[in-house]
Amino acid sequence: MINRLNIQGLLDQLEQALKKTITDRGIENPVMIGIHTGGVWIAQKMHERLNIKEPLGLLDISFYRDDFSQIGVNPKVKPSQLPIDIEGRDIILIDDVFYTGRTIRAALNEIFDYGRPKQVVLGVLLERNGRQIPMKPDCVGETITLPPGQRIKLTGPENLAIHVETIEKAA
Amino acid sequence: MTSDQGIQFTPEGKLKHFLTIEGLSKSLLTEILEVAESFASVSEQQVKKFPLLRGKTIINLFFENSTRTRTTFDLAATRLSADVLNMDISTSATSKGETLLDTIHNLEAMHIDMFVVRHAVSGAAHFIAQHVAPNISVINAGDGQHAHPTQAMLDMFTIRRFKKDFSQLKVAIVGDILHSRVARSQIQALNILGVLAVHVIAPKTLLPAQAESLGVKVFYDMKQGLEGVDVIIMLRLQKERMTGALLPTESEYYKCYGLTEEKLEFAKQDAIVMHPGPINRGVEIASEVADGMKSVILKQVSYGIAVRMAIMSMTMQATGNRE
Amino acid sequence: MTRIHISQGRIIDPENGTDSIGDIYIADNRIFSTMGQSDSFDADITIDARNQIVCPGFIDLSVRLREPGATQKATIASEVKAAAASGVTALCLPPDTSPCIDNPAVVELIEDKAKVADYRQIYPIGALTYKLQGQELSSMFALKNAGCIAVSNAQMPIANLLILRRAMEYAASFDLLLIYRPQDYYLSQQGCAHEGMVATRYGLPAIPDIAETTALLQCLELVAHTGCRVHFGQISCAKSIDYIRQAKDSGLPVSADVAIHQLHLTEHDVLPFDGVYHVNPPFRREADRQALRKAINEGVLDAICSDHQPHNIDAKLGAFPETEPGISSLETLLPLTLSLIDENKLDLMQAIAVLTTNPAKILGLEAPGLAVGKFADLCIFDPEMTWQINPETWLSSGRNTPYWQQNLRGKVTHTIQNGRLIFGQGDFF
Repeated sequence: MINRLNIQGLLDQLEQALKKTITDRGIENPVMIGIHTGGVWIAQKMHERLNIKEPLGLLDISFYRDDFSQIGVNPKVKPSQLPIDIEGRDIILIDDVFYTGRTIRAALNEIFDYGRPKQVVLGVLLERNGRQIPMKPDCVGETITLPPGQRIKLTGPENLAIHVETIEKAA
Repeated sequence: MTSDQGIQFTPEGKLKHFLTIEGLSKSLLTEILEVAESFASVSEQQVKKFPLLRGKTIINLFFENSTRTRTTFDLAATRLSADVLNMDISTSATSKGETLLDTIHNLEAMHIDMFVVRHAVSGAAHFIAQHVAPNISVINAGDGQHAHPTQAMLDMFTIRRFKKDFSQLKVAIVGDILHSRVARSQIQALNILGVLAVHVIAPKTLLPAQAESLGVKVFYDMKQGLEGVDVIIMLRLQKERMTGALLPTESEYYKCYGLTEEKLEFAKQDAIVMHPGPINRGVEIASEVADGMKSVILKQVSYGIAVRMAIMSMTMQATGNRE
Repeated sequence: MTRIHISQGRIIDPENGTDSIGDIYIADNRIFSTMGQSDSFDADITIDARNQIVCPGFIDLSVRLREPGATQKATIASEVKAAAASGVTALCLPPDTSPCIDNPAVVELIEDKAKVADYRQIYPIGALTYKLQGQELSSMFALKNAGCIAVSNAQMPIANLLILRRAMEYAASFDLLLIYRPQDYYLSQQGCAHEGMVATRYGLPAIPDIAETTALLQCLELVAHTGCRVHFGQISCAKSIDYIRQAKDSGLPVSADVAIHQLHLTEHDVLPFDGVYHVNPPFRREADRQALRKAINEGVLDAICSDHQPHNIDAKLGAFPETEPGISSLETLLPLTLSLIDENKLDLMQAIAVLTTNPAKILGLEAPGLAVGKFADLCIFDPEMTWQINPETWLSSGRNTPYWQQNLRGKVTHTIQNGRLIFGQGDFF
């Protein structure tokens, strides 16, 4: 079963939510960071739409994951690129899907290894059920509930699309 | 009796100990090189430290002195956020198996997670791996004349960085093959990765019996052996080889087998020159070559950290906590 | 004395070529009769030997008992039990005990211990040189008078050929047999594996076959010169066979044996770093193993010995080169010899001869046999019984065997030494 979602609508809603939070919190000149790989694609769109001046940062959290002993070392880890000093800055962290919360925890750990930001805002395209640690996005494109055995798949970066798929057993 | 290949893996087939290159698959060696590639790239970023092995304790158990090798293991473990303890145990204090095992079991009782072992006797790392608690990984940092697999992997990493495709390469290894654990591991790795040919160049006194059975072509002459090779690996010549009547003098050795700019001409124009270090300048290699354009000797040192990070994290993953 | 009746066994006696079903009656330490006379012979013990082989007791040319000196490994008491259960009724003890057998007092000590253990025929081999140091001659005449059956320097080197020459001349003066392990000291120093493919791959310090052949050739020259009778122990190389054959053909007074495990294992069994396969001489190539087997069939090698070397666990705990060489091999001697019958077309009569009459001849002992009047040293074994080598039934204190959990065929059921049943159906007497 493939359930294609409206990517443009989601991007629009995330953009609106981010704009509102930026205004509400009085954020000026933020640093945007996307989480490798899907988060980066979304961040590129938001970076453009929100007209952020600082170059986009990239985070590969593979070496920060807490499930490393179960899934192993990913042999294709990209170096993280945080182009400027993040000490005391406002950070907008972007990922494609918020699920268990573990990726965000790892990302925050890595960000804090580079310095102490003033605040971090988390924006995701989709928030789904299945949270495992007390963490929650600030801005979302949409919140959806999926039955077990289904997951969200983002394809890109050209022709960015998002859909729900059923996990094949014994893949 | 467990097979040689068997002892390095968990029942699920994950790499648990890293004792020898022998019996490892091409895909596993390639995976190690790729993971190392990731660590090498992230090692250039501002923050070089990752929490992959946070809370793990690694003991560098060195029965044979080697500050250089120990330092790279130390740095690799530190960058993975592990706690590292260095233990230098002189061989005179523990030469018998009983004492060796006592040492191991004492350290085990302190709940450590990995031993990095260097020992002067062939098979020592295997012996320790056979006797440690099941949740401990053992990495061989050089045992006698047997194996030095992490050195071989960093050499493969270096070759791959400069030469890409192993299948078209001719590699020459020059020097004391007989006593060299580095050469044994390099030859195995090169053959598994599928190079075109491995040449070994040495006088008969420094070659093991039936050297060809290792999968090499044997040459006694530098000109013939270096002809058309892409990679030249020079081995360190130990001073003891002169007193053991294996060689007459250093200067005669240099004349026959020392890598000079002149002899370097026999190899391909784009050949690279490697050496596991420390270098004896003017004995196995001329300074002009060691410091020259074709030398990648210092690159080897920096790649060594990434390769050891890869091997440590991969083996620790096999013995890591399971839920 | 006990009177023993062995009933309906297959009697094999290499001394006179007998191979027939029959009875043996033993009285007063000797074979009393081999004729059917069950009515008139009043036996204390009757052994039903149907489907079993009755043959002279085995004479083992090299058995380490570890006493005196290394009783943490084994004792005379422990190892003679293993010998009795293996059909061995006489054994030669190499001189490298501690103290070594270089004076009559040590010989007496061993005799006393043997008496306590109730095992008669332990033949001490005297040291060829003082303290086995290869420097000064031992008091060979005194050693011979004290009961040493031969002289040897065991595994210790005699680096100086002049010393060897003098020692051989001196031994020849008293018609003493020299048992010699040919291995050049300098060519084999610190080696632990055959110099070949495996040692090359694993970076193990090696012992080349020239360490054996050069020492053998030197000794053969000295035999020709001195006239000393020499028995070469534990031959391991194909080339050595050629030299021994030539020496015998030219009439030199030489003989040779091979350790049983050399006929079965090769350098490849050493993989990977399993200390139990550490032996000296090392396991060599398949071609060597085949040549050794052929030499047994052809009689170039006269005898098979166990080369029994029991060790405690610690001796084998360590990296391969650091472990002590040797296998605890008394208990596997018979089945591994019998397996040569199927694997190597060795004749059963000859298989028994290489364990009995041939070693007796080498040592100059009275020919063993099953004829009337012979000393009653014999063993009875079931050639078809398959049994598992396991720690529960293992008798030697040395657990260093590579054959754990393996099923071997052929098991000794009874051993009679000097007319006395010392082992029967699993019990010792």
